[in-house]
Amino acid sequence: MSGLKKSFYIKARDFNRAGEASISVQNFLKSMNFDPGLIRRIAICGYEGEMNAVMHGGDGALSIEIDSDKLVLEISDDGYGIEDIELAMQAGFSTANDEHREMGFGAGMGLPNMKKNSDQIMVASEKGQGTQVQMIFFLNQGGQID
Amino acid sequence: MQVKDLVEQFDLEVVAGNKGLDRQVKDGYCGDLLSEIMANAPEGSVWLTIQGHQNIVAVAVLREMAAIIIAGGQTPDQETLQKAEQEKIPILLWPHSAYKLAGRLYGLGVGNPQSD
Repeated sequence: MSGLKKSFYIKARDFNRAGEASISVQNFLKSMNFDPGLIRRIAICGYEGEMNAVMHGGDGALSIEIDSDKLVLEISDDGYGIEDIELAMQAGFSTANDEHREMGFGAGMGLPNMKKNSDQIMVASEKGQGTQVQMIFFLNQGGQID
Repeated sequence: MQVKDLVEQFDLEVVAGNKGLDRQVKDGYCGDLLSEIMANAPEGSVWLTIQGHQNIVAVAVLREMAAIIIAGGQTPDQETLQKAEQEKIPILLWPHSAYKLAGRLYGLGVGNPQSD
């Protein structure tokens, strides 16, 4: 099994569909019998990335690629980008607005959660140029059941 | 213990997700910050929150929770109920504070390591 990739569309500011891409990835990985702990980590990373794209992005996409030794989760959007990536990676830093905060977002835990739950994370962004986040999850002996 | 046992015991109002009432309750968690819940809530939890907007359903699905209990007399949005029906996640209402229900659940053995 190598190079199998699924992509899901993320619509900006559509809180009605927010989370659906991550749930689709979760269901897909379950159907492939991946380790539940690994699926949980990917679900956390997917949701955080998806919500960032919904709240701060223009439209975007979430994709999962299955390789022989790793899973690659990517979230990209056409939003206003991140001015200072190092600052954005710090726990507690947030640019959420009041509407986001009322819904329980804006704790500044998104990117830190993604970093903590992935084996590698790469964030590429420039102001006005959108954001691409790629996370890698290595498959070890227990990573995949069959 | 199943979600329906808690409904009976504490007279919780079921407003959505009847099809998920036989889910097993393995633990419990309280909180209103969604990223914190995503990071820390145990699988099979009943989640006590005052949030009633639709994003709580995706969090419950992704964390594989047993049910959402909306505390403090807060009411869920219509979209939340529709999503919960669709995902078979029970949404239960508790009119008093989350603290009061959490204490009772813990006393009953939910998330209490001494009762394992």
